[in-house]
Amino acid sequence: MIEHYLNLFIQSVFIENLALAFFLGMCTFLAVSRTVGTAVGLGISVVTIQTITVPVNNLIYNNMLKEGALGWAGLPNVNLAFLGLITFIGVIAAMVQILEMALDRFVPALYTTLGIFLPLLTVNCAILGGSLFMVERNYTLTESVIYGFGSGTGWALAIIALAGIREKMKYSNVPAGLRGAGITFLTAGLMAIAFMLFSGIQL
Amino acid sequence: MGKYLETVKHPLFDSNPVGVQILGICSALAVTTKLETAIVMTIAVTAVLAFSNVSISLIRNQIPGSIRIIVEMAIIASLVILVDQFLKAFAYQTSKQLSVFVGLIITNCIIMGRAEAVALHNPPRISFLDGIGNGLGYGLMLLVVAFFRELFGSGKLLGMTVLPNVTEGGWYLPNGLFLLAPSGFILVGLIIWALRTWKPELREVE
Repeated sequence: MIEHYLNLFIQSVFIENLALAFFLGMCTFLAVSRTVGTAVGLGISVVTIQTITVPVNNLIYNNMLKEGALGWAGLPNVNLAFLGLITFIGVIAAMVQILEMALDRFVPALYTTLGIFLPLLTVNCAILGGSLFMVERNYTLTESVIYGFGSGTGWALAIIALAGIREKMKYSNVPAGLRGAGITFLTAGLMAIAFMLFSGIQL
Repeated sequence: MGKYLETVKHPLFDSNPVGVQILGICSALAVTTKLETAIVMTIAVTAVLAFSNVSISLIRNQIPGSIRIIVEMAIIASLVILVDQFLKAFAYQTSKQLSVFVGLIITNCIIMGRAEAVALHNPPRISFLDGIGNGLGYGLMLLVVAFFRELFGSGKLLGMTVLPNVTEGGWYLPNGLFLLAPSGFILVGLIIWALRTWKPELREVE
């Protein structure tokens, strides 16, 4: 059982890396990777939100939205699966807001560091993507906790690595038309090739 | 009339949402392994973009500033659910191939970006055309990337053989890398380079 979970974790961090294999959260991935410091802050926020929202959405989906899931309320024939999208985005927005308020109240130091990134996360497709993959792959509650944590970690790892490379790139002479966005895409492409080496790893 | 035409034309190259503003990249890279999925995605995004712009523009004077983001999200999410259900009913195979990326139209930054930048301050007609223009600008980029990826990755276009494969007795050895994630990044990077060489005023100063 432990092996299964460990395998899922490794798979979600490296092989199915949200940023480099599924292109999720690209807007923030490319825009907020100029310095390592900010990338670390954003990475930590993504891991936190992802670990909370995927299991919460899993509970909501399995107990309220899935076909026949409302059996406990005496409505066994109701299928609310089509409401999934709007529910997930609502849950994510609410969770981001709650986390923001909780941090502000209890850990002000962390709030000042992460504060500016938290609202951005509502429209980060890595977060919504995590919940949608959870539905598509029928994860159980435990699996979804591990998947949420793993996929968030993978995304954080990718953005921190990219930020490290971009910091060093300040010293190189990039062709004028490639500066900024262009070279960042090429770098991300090369990183994606590197991450492909992990494919096929089984524990 | 000229103003309306300009609204549609400007986002195609000069302010292309993918190539210049670097928005909506996630889906632009993920659905472009085949031309067919790219076309379906273009239609879906353009429809959502045009109608979300119109709806938000119609109620722009009634939305209180502090809760506008959540109102926009609700409108966009409802439109995406419509598109999702429509695709599941009439194009089930394609909808399976697009997998989670139909749902992810909700978090496509282009849609939120246009709602914030245009629909909140402009009357419905111009917002609608702006949505169409940006949808087409996004689609143009998708089609170019998908064209190269499908042609070189599998020797086909829209599922029809263009370059006969070695495995089927032809001469073309497909380059599998074009079907994998890295080629998406690299192709978009090169297209941005080409665009900025053609139009130097778009270059970034660092």
